[in-house]
Amino acid sequence: MTGVQDITSTSKSAAAIDKARAEGRAALIGYLPAGYPSVEETIAAGIALAENGADLIEIGIPYSDPVMDGQVIQAATTEALAKGFHVRQVFDVVRGITSKTDAAVLVMTYWNPVVRMGVDEFSRQLAEAGGAGLITPDLIPDEASEWMEASDKYGLDRVFLVAPSSSPERMKRTVDASRGFVYAVSIMGVTGARTSVSSAAEGVVAAAHAAGAERVCVGLGVSNAGQVREIAAYADGVIVGTALVAAIRDGGVDAVAALTKDLSTGLNREEA
Amino acid sequence: MVRPMVDAPTTGSDEGTADAFLQGDRSLRHAPGPYFGSYGGRWMPESLIAALDELEDTFEKAKADPEFVAQIKDLNKNYSGRPSLLTEAKRFAEHAGGVRIFLKREDLNHTGSHKINNVLGQALLAKRMGKTRVIAETGAGQHGVASATAAALLGLECVVYMGAEDCRRQALNVARMELLGATVIPVTSGSQTLKDAINEALRDWVANVDHTHYLLGTAAGAHPFPAMVRYFHEVIGEEARAQILEQAGRLPDAVCACIGGGSNAIGIFHGFLDDPSVRIYGFEAGGDGVETGRHAATISLGKPGVLHGARSYLMQDDDGQTIESHSISAGLDYPGVGPEHAYLSDIGRVSYEPITDAEAMDAFRVLCRTEGIIPAIESAHALAGAMKVGQRLAAEAAAEGKPADSKIVIVNLSGRGDKDVATAAEWFDLLDKDSVEAEIGKEGEQL
Repeated sequence: MTGVQDITSTSKSAAAIDKARAEGRAALIGYLPAGYPSVEETIAAGIALAENGADLIEIGIPYSDPVMDGQVIQAATTEALAKGFHVRQVFDVVRGITSKTDAAVLVMTYWNPVVRMGVDEFSRQLAEAGGAGLITPDLIPDEASEWMEASDKYGLDRVFLVAPSSSPERMKRTVDASRGFVYAVSIMGVTGARTSVSSAAEGVVAAAHAAGAERVCVGLGVSNAGQVREIAAYADGVIVGTALVAAIRDGGVDAVAALTKDLSTGLNREEA
Repeated sequence: MVRPMVDAPTTGSDEGTADAFLQGDRSLRHAPGPYFGSYGGRWMPESLIAALDELEDTFEKAKADPEFVAQIKDLNKNYSGRPSLLTEAKRFAEHAGGVRIFLKREDLNHTGSHKINNVLGQALLAKRMGKTRVIAETGAGQHGVASATAAALLGLECVVYMGAEDCRRQALNVARMELLGATVIPVTSGSQTLKDAINEALRDWVANVDHTHYLLGTAAGAHPFPAMVRYFHEVIGEEARAQILEQAGRLPDAVCACIGGGSNAIGIFHGFLDDPSVRIYGFEAGGDGVETGRHAATISLGKPGVLHGARSYLMQDDDGQTIESHSISAGLDYPGVGPEHAYLSDIGRVSYEPITDAEAMDAFRVLCRTEGIIPAIESAHALAGAMKVGQRLAAEAAAEGKPADSKIVIVNLSGRGDKDVATAAEWFDLLDKDSVEAEIGKEGEQL
């Protein structure tokens, strides 16, 4: 088996974040749910994200029981499922974006759809589609033995979450298990736009860095360029979800392009 | 919590365990979690892990604290009315092959079901953790009412999440919770059922975990919930075992209970798991019939997966999306099941079988007419199962040249049926067609 060091050096997510860092800025990560409002529009919006300043793209798999999502994303994924979205189509979305852009494309998924397909089979298909790895909101390293094995086998990034409530011990364990970057949850809560970014976020990022994480990105509640600028001052990347989902809902692909362009103005650290 | 980081079992079943059990060299009682064979665990957001660790730590210390044990004992006796009776049902037994049937009367507890055992325990733990607010999910309202009761007794704020459709149909239970001082929040997300009420409670918990305890109502969810909820219900099995030894002079041949998430069942099963002569049966909701797809027979027809924090059997489609369950009994209408039951099924210690709505309602009527006891429709599934088990045992007795009443069956009568009178009246067409109640019934309302 390839050593961890070798795999890290080929991590698509790490490469995308490092490229942004070399440019003196934080990376921008944009989230879109697959199949909302259609598979074709998700691909088009993903390309628009990449062309307007997103370095990484996070494609969510609509799931029947999304306990970490607020109302906007729930409504979008519920609609995608009602329209007949199938899990396999996420690979079409990933392929559609990676074939047209250089962005690193990760899949964000609750764990049961992966279990159902089989962790190895899911990983194989994701790698074949050009995907960078998985963000797993309800999978902790303690339960991830199969995923650790499959992600090593197929060279995929495994992005686990850390939270304001994570103990130092758990922080270390999660940082050690992650590859690509660590997802710092900014607030104790679910996804959704908030008027201000929690002051807890900076502490979580500092704790993750102290635990050895080279790349820490902040998500939950980030919706505008001002918040991006605030977070870019201390984090390696900024994750925006709900605001982009609202944009595609209200204004389609053009609105996603415009919001991404605006968000990316907050990334430069010299301006912070 | 000390456990391995990467080599926890996540697939397969414990093939060797059944043999170990049959050889009698290993106890199945007091399984501590987090894993039951390959089931259980913590499939949860990292944000909640600290709270689960705190709960586990508090629970472990409480169990070892004589003061806590005494508190539980006192509340069980002087508030809930324990021990609950073990009542021989002689006229009902005539419909069960003539074997002897004993009913464990959880319906006689305060609030009318076994649920009170768990909510009192967890509410006390919430107090020990310094939390001032409890949240709960509820389907028809039984666990919500029990939670509101415990919160009122112990001076805690209580918020109950309930599917919007269930709120409409169970307006009186909503009123009961509100009378007890709880706030009921209708859940309009997803399929607007019990599983979505759990999702919404989890979202609340993530945001308010510093002062809020999630008072989960069944023996499912992330560790330590399955082992902890079982602990608070073990009193059912312990009492039943002592009572049958006293009243019949020996252990029963079979124990029967209904299974939704499985809390009443694991409570009574626990008393008999290490008695190899006692056959144990769990009866799931077969709804319209398992062949129709409209049922809640999770172990009988589900596949292993992860939902609400545990790996267990799960009703899911080929994509791993949760399938909506169906049952006339709201308390059994859940697409998952507690992980310890998944394990007990795999090793063959407990047999799980589906009971249709029609079979359950037949048993419901039989118990009303033969014993003067109106059971919860959930419990009627266990009664219907006991009628089948009784017939089988009677045939065995005949083959052995013994009378049918040489066999003994205990049924966990987990709750009373007052809450189900409207559903039953509709089912048996007891309402005057011109009555207000019948008008309401047409729209699926509960009275």
